[in-house]
Amino acid sequence: MLPDSRRLHLHDGPIDLIVEAFGDAAEVRAAYRAASIRFETVLDELCGELTLLRRPSGESRDREIATGIIAQRMCAAVEPYAAKIFITPMAAVAGAVAEEILISMTQASKLARAYVNNGGDIAIHLANGEQFTVGMATLPNAATYQPLESLRAISVSCENAFGTATIHHRHSIRGIATSGWRGRSFSLGIADSVTVLAETASMADAAATVIANAVDLPGHSAIRRVRACDLAPDTDLGERLVTQSVEKLAHNDIHRALAGGCRVAESLRASKLIDSAALTLQGQTQIVGGQLSPHAHEIPSSPMISAQRMLVHA
Amino acid sequence: MPDDAIRCDACPVLCYIKPGRTGACDRYANDAGQLIRLDPHVVLERAVSRGDDVVPFLEKAREWDGTLLAGGDTFVTAIGAGTTYPDYKPAPFIISSEVAGVDMVTVVTEGIFSYCGVKLKIDTDRHLGAECSTVRAAGEAIGHVTTNEYGSQMLSLGGVRHLTGGSRHEGVATCDALLNLCNRKAVELKIDDGATVVVQADKPPVVDGIQEERMRVGCGSATIGMFAKQWFGKVDEVVVVDDHITGVLSEHQAGKLLGVPETGIKLKGRRSTPGRYFRVAEPGTSWGGTNIDDPLSILSTFDPKAARPGMRLLMVSTTGEHHAYFELDDQLHPKERQLPEPLRESVARIRENCEPALCTVLFMGGAGGSLRAGVTENPVKLTHSVRDALTRVTCGGAPVYVWPGGGITIMADVSRMPENAFGYVPTPALVAPIEFTLKLSDYAALGGYMDHVRPLSSIQEDKDKDKDKDKNKNKDGLRRIGARPDNPWPLPSEKSAK
Repeated sequence: MLPDSRRLHLHDGPIDLIVEAFGDAAEVRAAYRAASIRFETVLDELCGELTLLRRPSGESRDREIATGIIAQRMCAAVEPYAAKIFITPMAAVAGAVAEEILISMTQASKLARAYVNNGGDIAIHLANGEQFTVGMATLPNAATYQPLESLRAISVSCENAFGTATIHHRHSIRGIATSGWRGRSFSLGIADSVTVLAETASMADAAATVIANAVDLPGHSAIRRVRACDLAPDTDLGERLVTQSVEKLAHNDIHRALAGGCRVAESLRASKLIDSAALTLQGQTQIVGGQLSPHAHEIPSSPMISAQRMLVHA
Repeated sequence: MPDDAIRCDACPVLCYIKPGRTGACDRYANDAGQLIRLDPHVVLERAVSRGDDVVPFLEKAREWDGTLLAGGDTFVTAIGAGTTYPDYKPAPFIISSEVAGVDMVTVVTEGIFSYCGVKLKIDTDRHLGAECSTVRAAGEAIGHVTTNEYGSQMLSLGGVRHLTGGSRHEGVATCDALLNLCNRKAVELKIDDGATVVVQADKPPVVDGIQEERMRVGCGSATIGMFAKQWFGKVDEVVVVDDHITGVLSEHQAGKLLGVPETGIKLKGRRSTPGRYFRVAEPGTSWGGTNIDDPLSILSTFDPKAARPGMRLLMVSTTGEHHAYFELDDQLHPKERQLPEPLRESVARIRENCEPALCTVLFMGGAGGSLRAGVTENPVKLTHSVRDALTRVTCGGAPVYVWPGGGITIMADVSRMPENAFGYVPTPALVAPIEFTLKLSDYAALGGYMDHVRPLSSIQEDKDKDKDKDKNKNKDGLRRIGARPDNPWPLPSEKSAK
């Protein structure tokens, strides 16, 4: 438990989960016990199939089928993209782990609400009539960017968030994920962050990766890219160039890069792979979906992502 | 696979890590071909085991010279030990060693303290701010002024209400200030409607840009009490100027007992008891923590019934920093004269008796929560064991004071801990080392993780073995530093205790 005696912290190797359940105290205890027990074997299960999971989705499908439940969920989450683009099941690993732990909790006990946050990829549970408000926080700007600061940026509080989304149980959203080049994993794109709301955490995770990769300005001189394998020999991205730094961009470049990401997001939304997405690049944010309208007074049927700081394009 | 990458075996992911990069966890890294844990694990060694009487802290830091770590002379601290999550997993290091023939176990972990803060003692009489005034760092409220202790101003900083109870900016600024103070770095604090003070553990405070040199020897009244006999016969009247209580020799009980005659002196301010005056001036940063530069400004006209021309008057501050000597002229007006030699000695004596002004940082935190589960499956038994003094708690080898009552609420002097002993997590909360040491048999009795107990030498052996297998392995990343002889841990072995 974290010292606040409310949240459970589960950590094993690179997996770091913050878990919180709401409901009857005995039910919450049972849920935490279930999460802890389920968590014990998660890393081993994944590592057992790591080679398979690092292989591009299209390639491995015919030859081998993942055996672990989390691995299967990862494969399923990236499957819709496999035909068109390069993607490996690892793009959905964080969301899939969060989802699995959440399921272990909701199967073990009756909870009003719960979330499992795996480094920003979040699986949520909402009982009838319940809702969550999720904040999106800004990363510090590039000039003051330090590892220390980036760690702090992860601790989000609503007042500092540039946007919030309220997710009600009637929405078909149970997953939230964020991807971007500043995060812990590599990105092919230049988005500072892409936050996605989707049906499940693994779907959100895969989609956030795909959209963040699509926010890009190929060949632009302000972007420094390095072969992924030069940074991490065992990466699933091989020799693909990953973003290492992005200098200050002109306003129309920012707009162009975001527009590219928005086009992909719109198509994913049309294919029901995501509910909505918020794309941020150098202080500019664009929203896709969520029936967003800054002046809307009626209750939207889909959660509203409100962005207070920037121009909004629906 | 490029041959400059190394394989990390800290977890089953088995990352290949290039030089200068971290693994997927951000906790293990490749440092020029060496696999390192990012916070090196600190081992304190008893200095005396090397035949030295006193070894200055950290001066003997050195590379491993091939000798095995042995017995009670070495104590493993929690610094860099890492944490285990979930907490029901045994703590990262549970280590046995033999001290004076008794098998001891030390359970070592780094605790994440959301409930923690710093009690800061600043040796100065200068007015820093009114009680309850907000103390700020980087513009954020991080604590408050509590009270004056004898010669010192006390601040309470941090605590859960600033760390996680306020805004995120407040929490981050608080965490930052606490981390720096605990790691013995300088921090600038601004007190609302008060002073700006730069504080650093074991260093003099700097109040509004002026470095404090000495603590006062006592309040003005106490100074009269201490030095009355030495002044008797050498001077007719002494006024010790102090913002709290200004003392007057002839009226003070100490003077009365010696038979010092009345001098007709009249002080401004409010008389408390004979020879003791409150508020002769406003608080400030001059004479005795008041705002006066001219000591005569606190005197009214002498009473001609008792005063006589030629009477000798010494005025001095509680640190001896300020002093002046006067003789009354025929109109009974004090005229400044050169300080006679015998009085010069007594002023020097006041100064000699003043201790150097320092800032003292005590870390305070609650360890009564879930980290106990890393020590034993029965957490409350650890609390009881600490309470019954069967288990010794230390922070980075430094002694702690365990507050009476429930829980394990501890205080430790950060200046007795190794450098950079503290870290933080983005909650925000501080990460502090904590070690529980107890007899092996007691450890078994309280439900300890007996199958996780490992001998002290195994920490070194791991490294040794890994070296044979692969020169790149240094998983435990030991940093050996000299222990402070005045700390309770490590316990001296019988051989070196002589």
